[in-house]
Amino acid sequence: MTPGQRRWFFLIAAAGLVACYLWAFAGLPGFGDYPGPYGQEVLRQAVRQTHATGVVSAVNFEYRGFDTVGEEFILFAAAAGMSVVLRRLRQERESEPAGEAANQAGGAATPATSSAMRVPALLMVGPTALIGWWLASHAQTDPSGGFQGGVILASAFILIYLSGEFLAFRRLSPVALLDAVEAVGAAGFAAIGLAALVMNLPYLDNYLPLGQFPGAVSSSGTIALISFFVGLEVAAAFVLIVGEFLSQTLLRRRSA
Amino acid sequence: MGIFPFLVVAWIVVVGLYGIVTSRDLINQIMCLIVVQSSTYVLLLGVGYVTGGAAPYFSDIPLRTKAVDPVVQALALTDVVVEAAVTALLLSFAIQAYKRFGTLDPHELAEFKG
Amino acid sequence: MIPVAVMDTLQIVVLVAVAAGATVVVRTRSRVRQVLALSVYGMLLAILFFVFQAPDVTLSELTVGAVALPVVLLLAIAKVRKPEQ
Repeated sequence: MTPGQRRWFFLIAAAGLVACYLWAFAGLPGFGDYPGPYGQEVLRQAVRQTHATGVVSAVNFEYRGFDTVGEEFILFAAAAGMSVVLRRLRQERESEPAGEAANQAGGAATPATSSAMRVPALLMVGPTALIGWWLASHAQTDPSGGFQGGVILASAFILIYLSGEFLAFRRLSPVALLDAVEAVGAAGFAAIGLAALVMNLPYLDNYLPLGQFPGAVSSSGTIALISFFVGLEVAAAFVLIVGEFLSQTLLRRRSA
Repeated sequence: MGIFPFLVVAWIVVVGLYGIVTSRDLINQIMCLIVVQSSTYVLLLGVGYVTGGAAPYFSDIPLRTKAVDPVVQALALTDVVVEAAVTALLLSFAIQAYKRFGTLDPHELAEFKG
Repeated sequence: MIPVAVMDTLQIVVLVAVAAGATVVVRTRSRVRQVLALSVYGMLLAILFFVFQAPDVTLSELTVGAVALPVVLLLAIAKVRKPEQ
Protein backbone atom coordinates (compact mmCIF):
# COMPACT_ATOMS: atom_id res chain seq x y z
CA MET A 1 0.00 0.00 0.00
CA THR A 2 1.59 3.26 -1.06
CA PRO A 3 1.76 6.20 1.37
CA GLY A 4 -0.82 8.10 -0.66
CA GLN A 5 -3.29 5.23 -0.49
CA ARG A 6 -2.58 4.88 3.24
CA ARG A 7 -3.38 8.56 3.76
CA TRP A 8 -6.70 8.35 1.95
CA PHE A 9 -7.64 5.22 3.85
CA PHE A 10 -6.83 6.98 7.10
CA LEU A 11 -8.88 10.07 6.19
CA ILE A 12 -11.95 7.97 5.46
CA ALA A 13 -11.53 6.04 8.70
CA ALA A 14 -10.97 9.27 10.64
CA ALA A 15 -14.18 10.71 9.25
CA GLY A 16 -16.03 7.67 10.57
CA LEU A 17 -14.30 8.01 13.94
CA VAL A 18 -15.20 11.70 14.23
CA ALA A 19 -18.81 10.91 13.35
CA CYS A 20 -18.95 8.38 16.18
CA TYR A 21 -17.33 10.86 18.57
CA LEU A 22 -19.83 13.59 17.72
CA TRP A 23 -22.70 11.18 18.20
CA ALA A 24 -21.29 10.26 21.63
CA PHE A 25 -20.66 13.84 22.69
CA ALA A 26 -24.20 14.85 21.73
CA GLY A 27 -25.39 12.59 24.52
CA LEU A 28 -23.18 14.18 27.18
CA PRO A 29 -24.72 16.76 29.52
CA GLY A 30 -22.49 19.53 28.20
CA PHE A 31 -19.38 21.13 29.60
CA GLY A 32 -19.89 22.39 33.11
CA ASP A 33 -23.11 20.58 33.94
CA TYR A 34 -21.61 17.67 35.79
CA PRO A 35 -24.56 15.73 37.22
CA GLY A 36 -22.76 12.63 38.46
CA PRO A 37 -23.77 11.75 42.02
CA TYR A 38 -20.53 9.94 42.93
CA GLY A 39 -18.27 12.99 42.77
CA GLN A 40 -20.60 15.22 44.76
CA GLU A 41 -21.09 12.52 47.38
CA VAL A 42 -17.33 12.09 47.78
CA LEU A 43 -16.94 15.84 48.20
CA ARG A 44 -19.53 15.84 50.98
CA GLN A 45 -18.11 12.92 52.94
CA ALA A 46 -14.38 13.01 52.32
CA VAL A 47 -13.17 15.58 54.81
CA ARG A 48 -15.31 14.25 57.61
CA GLN A 49 -14.39 10.61 57.00
CA THR A 50 -10.69 10.87 56.36
CA HIS A 51 -9.65 14.19 57.94
CA ALA A 52 -7.83 15.01 54.74
CA THR A 53 -8.50 18.37 53.14
CA GLY A 54 -6.93 17.35 49.85
CA VAL A 55 -9.89 15.42 48.48
CA VAL A 56 -8.11 14.31 45.29
CA SER A 57 -5.41 12.52 47.27
CA ALA A 58 -8.06 11.05 49.54
CA VAL A 59 -9.78 9.63 46.46
CA ASN A 60 -6.48 8.38 45.09
CA PHE A 61 -5.23 6.59 48.16
CA GLU A 62 -8.38 5.72 50.05
CA TYR A 63 -11.58 5.60 48.08
CA ARG A 64 -9.82 4.44 44.93
CA GLY A 65 -6.74 2.95 46.55
CA PHE A 66 -7.12 -0.31 44.70
CA ASP A 67 -6.84 1.42 41.32
CA THR A 68 -3.74 3.26 42.50
CA VAL A 69 -2.07 -0.02 43.49
CA GLY A 70 -2.65 -1.21 39.94
CA GLU A 71 -1.21 1.98 38.43
CA GLU A 72 1.83 1.78 40.64
CA PHE A 73 2.51 -1.74 39.49
CA ILE A 74 2.24 -0.61 35.87
CA LEU A 75 5.02 1.86 36.67
CA PHE A 76 7.04 -0.84 38.39
CA ALA A 77 6.63 -3.22 35.45
CA ALA A 78 7.59 -0.54 32.92
CA ALA A 79 10.80 0.28 34.79
CA ALA A 80 11.61 -3.42 35.20
CA GLY A 81 10.92 -4.15 31.53
CA MET A 82 13.17 -1.31 30.48
CA SER A 83 15.98 -2.58 32.66
CA VAL A 84 15.68 -6.05 31.15
CA VAL A 85 15.71 -4.80 27.55
CA LEU A 86 18.56 -2.33 27.94
CA ARG A 87 20.79 -4.40 30.20
CA ARG A 88 20.73 -7.27 27.78
CA LEU A 89 21.66 -4.84 25.02
CA ARG A 90 24.54 -3.55 27.12
CA GLN A 91 25.94 -7.05 27.65
CA GLU A 92 25.85 -7.70 23.94
CA ARG A 93 27.54 -4.38 23.32
CA GLU A 94 30.36 -5.06 25.76
CA SER A 95 31.18 -8.31 24.05
CA GLU A 96 31.93 -6.53 20.78
CA PRO A 97 35.56 -6.61 19.61
CA ALA A 98 37.79 -3.87 20.97
CA GLY A 99 38.54 -2.63 17.47
CA GLU A 100 35.11 -1.15 17.10
CA ALA A 101 35.41 0.72 20.38
CA ALA A 102 38.68 2.23 19.16
CA ASN A 103 36.90 3.36 16.01
CA GLN A 104 34.34 5.24 18.06
CA ALA A 105 37.10 6.83 20.13
CA GLY A 106 38.16 8.71 17.02
CA GLY A 107 34.70 10.20 16.72
CA ALA A 108 33.54 13.67 17.78
CA ALA A 109 34.73 14.74 21.21
CA THR A 110 31.92 15.96 23.45
CA PRO A 111 32.42 19.57 24.60
CA ALA A 112 32.74 20.30 28.32
CA THR A 113 29.61 21.55 30.07
CA SER A 114 29.57 25.34 30.33
CA SER A 115 29.54 26.98 33.76
CA ALA A 116 26.29 28.74 32.97
CA MET A 117 24.76 25.27 33.03
CA ARG A 118 26.69 23.72 35.88
CA VAL A 119 26.24 26.36 38.55
CA PRO A 120 22.46 26.78 38.43
CA ALA A 121 21.95 23.05 38.08
CA LEU A 122 24.08 22.29 41.12
CA LEU A 123 22.44 25.07 43.11
CA MET A 124 18.98 23.74 42.33
CA VAL A 125 19.66 20.17 43.42
CA GLY A 126 19.05 20.81 47.10
CA PRO A 127 15.85 22.86 46.80
CA THR A 128 14.45 20.45 44.23
CA ALA A 129 15.00 17.46 46.47
CA LEU A 130 13.42 19.35 49.35
CA ILE A 131 10.38 20.35 47.30
CA GLY A 132 9.95 16.79 46.08
CA TRP A 133 10.12 15.42 49.60
CA TRP A 134 7.67 18.04 50.87
CA LEU A 135 5.20 17.27 48.12
CA ALA A 136 5.39 13.54 48.65
CA SER A 137 4.65 13.82 52.36
CA HIS A 138 1.83 16.38 52.21
CA ALA A 139 -0.70 14.51 50.13
CA GLN A 140 -3.56 15.12 52.47
CA THR A 141 -3.40 18.88 52.79
CA ASP A 142 -2.49 20.58 49.55
CA PRO A 143 -2.34 19.80 45.87
CA SER A 144 0.50 17.37 46.23
CA GLY A 145 1.04 13.70 46.53
CA GLY A 146 3.34 10.78 46.01
CA PHE A 147 3.30 10.82 42.22
CA GLN A 148 4.28 14.44 41.70
CA GLY A 149 6.71 14.46 44.60
CA GLY A 150 8.42 11.35 43.30
CA VAL A 151 9.00 12.81 39.85
CA ILE A 152 10.40 16.04 41.30
CA LEU A 153 12.69 14.04 43.58
CA ALA A 154 13.93 12.12 40.54
CA SER A 155 14.56 15.34 38.68
CA ALA A 156 16.91 16.41 41.48
CA PHE A 157 19.11 13.46 40.50
CA ILE A 158 18.75 14.33 36.83
CA LEU A 159 20.03 17.83 37.62
CA ILE A 160 23.22 16.26 38.92
CA TYR A 161 23.68 14.59 35.55
CA LEU A 162 22.87 17.80 33.67
CA SER A 163 25.58 19.66 35.53
CA GLY A 164 28.08 17.36 33.90
CA GLU A 165 28.85 15.11 36.84
CA PHE A 166 27.73 11.83 35.39
CA LEU A 167 30.02 9.77 37.57
CA ALA A 168 28.67 11.49 40.67
CA PHE A 169 25.17 10.67 39.45
CA ARG A 170 26.12 7.03 39.06
CA ARG A 171 27.80 6.89 42.46
CA LEU A 172 24.84 8.50 44.19
CA SER A 173 22.35 6.16 42.59
CA PRO A 174 23.84 2.69 42.17
CA VAL A 175 21.54 0.37 40.32
CA ALA A 176 21.26 -2.18 43.12
CA LEU A 177 20.13 0.49 45.56
CA LEU A 178 17.58 1.86 43.10
CA ASP A 179 16.14 -1.58 42.49
CA ALA A 180 15.83 -2.11 46.23
CA VAL A 181 14.20 1.28 46.90
CA GLU A 182 11.72 0.80 44.10
CA ALA A 183 10.79 -2.62 45.38
CA VAL A 184 10.39 -1.26 48.90
CA GLY A 185 8.06 1.45 47.63
CA ALA A 186 5.86 -0.91 45.65
CA ALA A 187 5.83 -3.59 48.32
CA GLY A 188 5.18 -1.04 51.06
CA PHE A 189 1.97 0.06 49.44
CA ALA A 190 0.76 -3.50 49.00
CA ALA A 191 1.88 -4.37 52.52
CA ILE A 192 -0.17 -1.56 54.06
CA GLY A 193 -3.20 -3.00 52.37
CA LEU A 194 -2.38 -6.53 53.45
CA ALA A 195 -1.90 -5.37 57.03
CA ALA A 196 -5.51 -4.22 56.94
CA LEU A 197 -6.49 -7.73 55.83
CA VAL A 198 -4.63 -9.21 58.76
CA MET A 199 -6.68 -7.02 61.10
CA ASN A 200 -9.93 -8.39 59.68
CA LEU A 201 -10.67 -5.18 57.77
CA PRO A 202 -11.23 -4.85 54.03
CA TYR A 203 -8.07 -4.54 51.91
CA LEU A 204 -6.55 -1.02 52.09
CA ASP A 205 -8.95 0.12 54.80
CA ASN A 206 -7.81 3.19 56.71
CA TYR A 207 -6.88 1.82 60.12
CA LEU A 208 -4.34 4.30 61.47
CA PRO A 209 -5.51 7.08 63.82
CA LEU A 210 -7.15 9.84 61.85
CA GLY A 211 -5.67 12.78 63.74
CA GLN A 212 -7.23 15.59 65.70
CA PHE A 213 -8.24 18.01 63.01
CA PRO A 214 -8.34 17.86 59.25
CA GLY A 215 -5.42 19.14 57.26
CA ALA A 216 -2.57 18.50 59.66
CA VAL A 217 0.44 16.57 58.42
CA SER A 218 -0.11 13.72 60.83
CA SER A 219 -3.79 13.33 60.09
CA SER A 220 -5.67 11.09 57.66
CA GLY A 221 -4.18 7.78 58.70
CA THR A 222 -2.84 5.59 55.94
CA ILE A 223 -3.14 8.24 53.23
CA ALA A 224 0.04 10.03 54.25
CA LEU A 225 1.93 6.78 54.66
CA ILE A 226 0.85 5.41 51.29
CA SER A 227 1.74 8.68 49.61
CA PHE A 228 5.24 8.48 51.09
CA PHE A 229 5.79 4.97 49.75
CA VAL A 230 4.43 5.91 46.35
CA GLY A 231 6.81 8.87 46.25
CA LEU A 232 9.75 6.57 46.97
CA GLU A 233 8.73 4.16 44.26
CA VAL A 234 8.08 6.77 41.57
CA ALA A 235 11.38 8.54 42.28
CA ALA A 236 13.37 5.31 42.16
CA ALA A 237 11.62 4.21 38.96
CA PHE A 238 12.39 7.44 37.13
CA VAL A 239 16.02 7.60 38.27
CA LEU A 240 16.36 3.97 37.16
CA ILE A 241 14.86 4.76 33.76
CA VAL A 242 17.14 7.74 33.17
CA GLY A 243 20.14 5.81 34.48
CA GLU A 244 19.54 2.95 32.06
CA PHE A 245 19.49 5.34 29.13
CA LEU A 246 22.59 7.16 30.39
CA SER A 247 24.70 4.06 30.91
CA GLN A 248 24.75 3.49 27.21
CA THR A 249 25.73 7.01 26.22
CA LEU A 250 28.51 6.84 28.81
CA LEU A 251 30.29 4.26 26.69
CA ARG A 252 30.59 6.77 23.90
CA ARG A 253 31.55 9.68 26.14
CA ARG A 254 34.26 7.82 28.02
CA SER A 255 36.05 6.86 24.85
CA ALA A 256 35.91 10.43 23.48
CA MET B 1 -19.59 26.51 25.91
CA GLY B 2 -21.62 23.43 25.04
CA ILE B 3 -19.33 20.72 23.72
CA PHE B 4 -16.39 22.84 22.54
CA PRO B 5 -13.79 21.13 24.80
CA PHE B 6 -14.92 17.74 23.51
CA LEU B 7 -14.50 18.93 19.93
CA VAL B 8 -10.94 19.91 20.81
CA VAL B 9 -10.43 16.40 22.23
CA ALA B 10 -11.65 14.82 18.99
CA TRP B 11 -9.34 17.12 17.02
CA ILE B 12 -6.30 16.17 19.10
CA VAL B 13 -7.05 12.46 18.68
CA VAL B 14 -7.42 12.71 14.90
CA VAL B 15 -4.32 14.88 14.51
CA GLY B 16 -2.25 12.53 16.63
CA LEU B 17 -3.45 9.48 14.73
CA TYR B 18 -2.65 11.22 11.45
CA GLY B 19 0.87 11.80 12.71
CA ILE B 20 1.26 8.13 13.62
CA VAL B 21 -0.06 6.91 10.28
CA THR B 22 2.04 9.19 8.09
CA SER B 23 5.30 9.04 10.00
CA ARG B 24 8.52 7.49 8.73
CA ASP B 25 10.36 7.35 12.00
CA LEU B 26 9.62 5.33 15.12
CA ILE B 27 10.59 8.10 17.54
CA ASN B 28 8.34 10.50 15.66
CA GLN B 29 5.51 8.02 16.07
CA ILE B 30 6.12 7.75 19.80
CA MET B 31 5.85 11.51 20.19
CA CYS B 32 2.59 11.57 18.24
CA LEU B 33 1.38 8.80 20.56
CA ILE B 34 2.10 11.12 23.50
CA VAL B 35 -0.18 13.69 21.88
CA VAL B 36 -2.98 11.13 21.53
CA GLN B 37 -2.56 10.16 25.20
CA SER B 38 -2.87 13.78 26.24
CA SER B 39 -6.32 14.00 24.69
CA THR B 40 -7.62 11.56 27.31
CA TYR B 41 -6.51 13.86 30.13
CA VAL B 42 -8.38 16.78 28.60
CA LEU B 43 -11.48 14.62 28.15
CA LEU B 44 -11.41 13.38 31.75
CA LEU B 45 -11.08 16.86 33.20
CA GLY B 46 -13.65 18.27 30.80
CA VAL B 47 -16.25 15.74 31.87
CA GLY B 48 -15.85 16.51 35.55
CA TYR B 49 -15.89 20.28 35.38
CA VAL B 50 -18.61 22.23 37.20
CA THR B 51 -19.26 25.82 36.08
CA GLY B 52 -18.27 28.21 38.82
CA GLY B 53 -16.74 25.41 40.88
CA ALA B 54 -13.49 25.72 42.79
CA ALA B 55 -10.66 23.22 43.11
CA PRO B 56 -11.54 20.40 45.55
CA TYR B 57 -9.17 21.44 48.34
CA PHE B 58 -10.81 22.59 51.54
CA SER B 59 -7.91 23.80 53.66
CA ASP B 60 -8.81 27.43 53.13
CA ILE B 61 -12.36 27.53 51.75
CA PRO B 62 -15.49 26.54 53.64
CA LEU B 63 -16.58 22.96 53.30
CA ARG B 64 -19.80 23.59 51.41
CA THR B 65 -18.40 25.53 48.43
CA LYS B 66 -19.25 24.16 45.01
CA ALA B 67 -16.23 22.23 43.73
CA VAL B 68 -15.32 20.30 40.62
CA ASP B 69 -15.29 16.53 40.56
CA PRO B 70 -12.24 15.06 42.36
CA VAL B 71 -12.54 11.50 41.06
CA VAL B 72 -11.60 12.28 37.45
CA GLN B 73 -8.72 14.44 38.70
CA ALA B 74 -7.37 11.51 40.66
CA LEU B 75 -7.57 9.32 37.55
CA ALA B 76 -5.84 11.88 35.32
CA LEU B 77 -3.14 12.48 37.91
CA THR B 78 -1.85 8.92 38.13
CA ASP B 79 -2.34 8.56 34.39
CA VAL B 80 0.13 11.33 33.52
CA VAL B 81 2.98 9.90 35.54
CA VAL B 82 2.47 6.26 34.62
CA GLU B 83 2.27 6.90 30.90
CA ALA B 84 5.60 8.70 31.00
CA ALA B 85 7.18 5.48 32.22
CA VAL B 86 5.39 3.43 29.58
CA THR B 87 6.68 5.86 26.95
CA ALA B 88 10.19 5.21 28.22
CA LEU B 89 9.59 1.49 27.78
CA LEU B 90 8.43 2.09 24.20
CA LEU B 91 11.58 4.11 23.52
CA SER B 92 13.76 1.29 24.76
CA PHE B 93 12.01 -1.03 22.29
CA ALA B 94 12.73 1.49 19.53
CA ILE B 95 16.40 1.51 20.52
CA GLN B 96 16.41 -2.29 20.47
CA ALA B 97 14.92 -2.24 16.95
CA TYR B 98 17.59 0.20 15.82
CA LYS B 99 20.41 -1.90 17.23
CA ARG B 100 19.04 -5.05 15.62
CA PHE B 101 17.96 -3.81 12.20
CA GLY B 102 19.83 -0.54 11.76
CA THR B 103 16.74 1.40 10.73
CA LEU B 104 13.87 3.22 12.44
CA ASP B 105 11.57 3.37 9.45
CA PRO B 106 8.35 1.48 10.23
CA HIS B 107 7.79 0.60 6.58
CA GLU B 108 11.17 -1.11 6.36
CA LEU B 109 10.84 -2.72 9.76
CA ALA B 110 7.61 -4.40 8.75
CA GLU B 111 9.50 -6.54 6.27
CA PHE B 112 11.53 -8.34 8.94
CA LYS B 113 9.53 -11.25 10.16
CA GLY B 114 10.59 -13.38 13.09
CA MET C 1 -13.84 34.75 42.85
CA ILE C 2 -13.28 35.26 39.17
CA PRO C 3 -16.56 35.86 37.29
CA VAL C 4 -17.74 32.94 35.20
CA ALA C 5 -17.55 34.82 31.91
CA VAL C 6 -13.84 35.60 32.34
CA MET C 7 -13.11 32.00 33.23
CA ASP C 8 -15.02 30.81 30.18
CA THR C 9 -13.07 33.09 27.82
CA LEU C 10 -9.80 31.98 29.37
CA GLN C 11 -10.75 28.35 28.90
CA ILE C 12 -11.69 28.83 25.28
CA VAL C 13 -8.43 30.64 24.52
CA VAL C 14 -6.31 27.96 26.15
CA LEU C 15 -8.27 25.16 24.45
CA VAL C 16 -7.63 26.72 21.05
CA ALA C 17 -3.93 27.08 21.94
CA VAL C 18 -3.79 23.40 22.93
CA ALA C 19 -5.39 22.33 19.65
CA ALA C 20 -2.90 24.47 17.71
CA GLY C 21 -0.03 23.09 19.80
CA ALA C 22 -1.03 19.50 19.02
CA THR C 23 -1.03 20.30 15.31
CA VAL C 24 2.43 21.89 15.55
CA VAL C 25 3.85 18.89 17.42
CA VAL C 26 2.57 16.47 14.82
CA ARG C 27 3.73 18.54 11.88
CA THR C 28 7.30 18.96 13.11
CA ARG C 29 9.40 16.24 11.54
CA SER C 30 12.89 16.85 12.88
CA ARG C 31 13.35 14.86 16.08
CA VAL C 32 14.96 17.40 18.37
CA ARG C 33 12.59 20.16 17.29
CA GLN C 34 9.66 17.90 17.94
CA VAL C 35 10.90 17.33 21.49
CA LEU C 36 11.00 21.08 22.01
CA ALA C 37 7.51 21.45 20.57
CA LEU C 38 6.30 18.66 22.87
CA SER C 39 7.76 20.49 25.84
CA VAL C 40 5.87 23.68 24.96
CA TYR C 41 2.74 21.60 24.38
CA GLY C 42 3.14 20.14 27.86
CA MET C 43 3.29 23.62 29.31
CA LEU C 44 0.11 24.62 27.42
CA LEU C 45 -1.60 21.51 28.77
CA ALA C 46 -0.52 22.42 32.29
CA ILE C 47 -2.09 25.87 31.89
CA LEU C 48 -5.27 24.21 30.60
CA PHE C 49 -5.46 21.87 33.58
CA PHE C 50 -4.94 24.83 35.89
CA VAL C 51 -7.79 26.74 34.30
CA PHE C 52 -9.94 23.62 34.69
CA GLN C 53 -9.42 23.91 38.47
CA ALA C 54 -7.14 20.87 38.79
CA PRO C 55 -3.88 21.94 40.47
CA ASP C 56 -2.75 18.38 41.20
CA VAL C 57 -2.89 17.36 37.58
CA THR C 58 -1.12 20.62 36.68
CA LEU C 59 1.78 19.69 38.95
CA SER C 60 2.04 16.23 37.45
CA GLU C 61 1.91 17.46 33.88
CA LEU C 62 4.49 20.18 34.56
CA THR C 63 7.03 17.84 36.09
CA VAL C 64 6.49 15.06 33.59
CA GLY C 65 6.19 17.24 30.49
CA ALA C 66 9.06 19.57 31.30
CA VAL C 67 11.54 17.20 32.94
CA ALA C 68 10.90 13.49 32.62
CA LEU C 69 9.63 13.16 29.05
CA PRO C 70 12.11 15.50 27.29
CA VAL C 71 15.08 13.98 29.15
CA VAL C 72 14.06 10.45 28.26
CA LEU C 73 13.29 11.38 24.64
CA LEU C 74 16.54 13.28 24.12
CA LEU C 75 18.59 10.44 25.58
CA ALA C 76 16.90 7.98 23.23
CA ILE C 77 17.48 10.28 20.26
CA ALA C 78 21.15 10.62 21.21
CA LYS C 79 21.50 6.88 21.23
CA VAL C 80 20.05 6.24 17.77
CA ARG C 81 21.91 9.06 16.12
CA LYS C 82 24.54 7.92 13.63
CA PRO C 83 28.04 8.81 14.93
CA GLU C 84 29.55 11.75 13.07
CA GLN C 85 32.24 10.65 10.72
